[in-house]
Amino acid sequence: MNPRDVVITGIGLVSSLGEGPEAHWQRLTAPSPAPVLNAERFAPYSVHPLPEIDWNLQIAKRGDQRQMETWQRLGTYAAGLALDDAGIKGDEELCAAMDMVVAAGGGERDMTVDAAILAASDTRADRDVLLNEKLTTELRPTLFLAQLSNLLAGNISIVHKVTGSSRTFMGEEGAGISAVETAAARIRSGQSTHVLVGGAFQTEHPDMLLGYELGGYLHRGGWKSVWKRNGSEGGGVVTGSGGAFLVLEQREHAEKRGRRIYATLGPVVSARSRRSRGELAAGIESLLDKVGLPSGPLLAISAASGSHEATAAEKAALAARADLAVRGFTSLTGHMKEAQFPFAVALAALAVDHKTAYPAFDIESERPFGEVPRQVLATAIGYHHFEGMALVSAAD
Amino acid sequence: MTSLKDHLGRPVVAVTGIGVVTSLGVGKEENWAALTAGKSGIHPITRFPIDHLNTRIAGTVDFLASSSKGASALTYELAQTAALEAVTQSGIDATDFGGPLFLASPPMELDWHDRFALHEAAAGEDEGARLLAAAQRLNSLDMFGSSQFGYIADKLADQFGATGLPITLSTACASGATAIQLGVEAIRRGECDRALSIGADGSATAEALIRFSLLSALSTNNDNPEKASKPFSKDRDGFVLAEGSAALVLESLESALARGATVLGILRGCGEKADDFHRTRSKPDGSPAIGAVKAALADAGLKEDEIDYINAHGTSTPENDKMEHMSLSTVFGERIGSIPISSNKSMIGHTLSAAGAIEAAFSLMTMREGVIPPTINYDNPDPAIVLDLVPNTKRVAKVGTVLSNSFGFGGQNTCLVMAREPV
Repeated sequence: MNPRDVVITGIGLVSSLGEGPEAHWQRLTAPSPAPVLNAERFAPYSVHPLPEIDWNLQIAKRGDQRQMETWQRLGTYAAGLALDDAGIKGDEELCAAMDMVVAAGGGERDMTVDAAILAASDTRADRDVLLNEKLTTELRPTLFLAQLSNLLAGNISIVHKVTGSSRTFMGEEGAGISAVETAAARIRSGQSTHVLVGGAFQTEHPDMLLGYELGGYLHRGGWKSVWKRNGSEGGGVVTGSGGAFLVLEQREHAEKRGRRIYATLGPVVSARSRRSRGELAAGIESLLDKVGLPSGPLLAISAASGSHEATAAEKAALAARADLAVRGFTSLTGHMKEAQFPFAVALAALAVDHKTAYPAFDIESERPFGEVPRQVLATAIGYHHFEGMALVSAAD
Repeated sequence: MTSLKDHLGRPVVAVTGIGVVTSLGVGKEENWAALTAGKSGIHPITRFPIDHLNTRIAGTVDFLASSSKGASALTYELAQTAALEAVTQSGIDATDFGGPLFLASPPMELDWHDRFALHEAAAGEDEGARLLAAAQRLNSLDMFGSSQFGYIADKLADQFGATGLPITLSTACASGATAIQLGVEAIRRGECDRALSIGADGSATAEALIRFSLLSALSTNNDNPEKASKPFSKDRDGFVLAEGSAALVLESLESALARGATVLGILRGCGEKADDFHRTRSKPDGSPAIGAVKAALADAGLKEDEIDYINAHGTSTPENDKMEHMSLSTVFGERIGSIPISSNKSMIGHTLSAAGAIEAAFSLMTMREGVIPPTINYDNPDPAIVLDLVPNTKRVAKVGTVLSNSFGFGGQNTCLVMAREPV
């Protein structure tokens, strides 16, 4: 044990399964965990919708809520849950010294304005002029700010007063991987004592689905586990709204505050395999080697998206290691893009903390695991690019 | 003997390559000549129609192959052009860089022309469903790429042979400085010997312009584009939206010296502090900006009286310039009136995600060349802001250290301290 170990002292989770670590633990360890799906709203695509949320619980001022759309509210809310959980929320001194790395995509565009412009374009040849005409009169500044990637972090600073430093990483799952990796490196090197890190994804907006479907990545048809979508119509990804934030802390700092520690965050590794050259399988292998798997049976929390090629490669790589019992949680939550990796790390920490493994989410594809998980692997193999893994260990 | 470790025992970080593109031109030479001649790159917009627009001027980069191909394509070309110049200058193999990549770039958005194309490719009442149906049918890899936030960095990493997972980041107007800070930190932590930090922004679309216009952030001095950006002047009326890029090859001094590379400057310190006041306005007491400047000085191991020149954020908005002056006055005290300070934005406009990187590149050149670029359009001084702004004409000066400020919308503030020589 090292005083500069990275420990997890706060977890904030939101998904279609509910909110908070305890609710997720209950839902995911139920005898036969079931997904919450909305198959109608964006048919032929299904989404895992947000649960009912009382925003007031984490975003006290209505004025602040009005300045955000759902994505930023969701991230600010999940960040608040993590800060609360770590006993940092409302502690001015701790918040002012806290660093933050947020993994973000973009927020929601105003669909009404966009639709009006597109409809008008049917009868107009001067489309660029049309754009000026409509955008100058119909865009609302508030909504534009609600779209800006870095303003999720901006809102977290405003609402929760986290102001040590603020960085926003972009780039799908990779952003979440780099965010956790950078935060951990800062703590290990003594640059930071406590860092808020995570992301959120709000899928219930056509543009958020478009980001996948332009590349043909969305699954169509009935629900299946992420491991079984190959051969189905579409590209294999079912998206979900949700968010995951972690409070990562230097062990010494957490112990001095007398905080409960969920787990220790061990090595975090990342890569960019050149997939078009067929390097993904080797890339995953090399990450498994680099993260340093302990000997014996090991629980692995996988953020596999269901995306055909990437998930097949991950499935094969993990299956080849006979000691690994994999749990693909995205079958139940849907794909939460930037939040995938922080979510996987959070679920790994919960299993370590509860000294209990999750049951197989897909009995036919996932091996049983009967041991007490002292260490848990978390993986995120991006649906299109970027890969990462982390090893989470028991706190003591 | 040159020390390879800094005052905190961390590896000293050198700059061995610089690349830059702005509305003034491609490359260091062209830019430096224009910048020191006090030339403005701001011009009337021709990229898209200006009907209905309150602001009809910008510092767009109109002379690259991708200049009319949308924000994603142009941002990529800007980034790769600057990176190629920087890596080539460093003497490192430009196809096998062998270090991580940090890219500051604007958030990705599907281009309106693509949106129109999708709309046309399908039918139906529900616009969202219509676009999705078209997306499924068209399956356009180009369009898909431009909607992925990690796409540009992915391509750059491929082209330059960067190692590991590239990081794409946004801290609004501080992004370029943050990209440099991430590179510095990675080297200091011993994760790598070198890093490629890039800031690039080619997102001056009609919609971007309109958005900033609706926030009343832009100058409307349309009749005199070259005069529109007037940082710290009494009649300043907003910033001028602009494009550009800069890349720095950062390298541990030890590695640079070992391979006999030319050291162009030293990245001595980085400091940051977030603001919790408002989404577009900064805290009235300036405490976050003050905190960022102080943190950068402390990180550099320099005292206030050891800064020779300040490269201002100086956006030319009423609020920023006032706040920047107040914050600097607080940190530097009475001496602030006699430290030369200038704003590159008076000539190149506000290059948003690229600004921090471009201004760091110009800061390094200021030290190397011994010439301070002016703050142009300083014809009408603001009596409330008493600074030595190097008004209108360049100044020959020995500059050993620079503070470069970047203060962003959304409350992200980053400051860099650079030095000409290692200690």
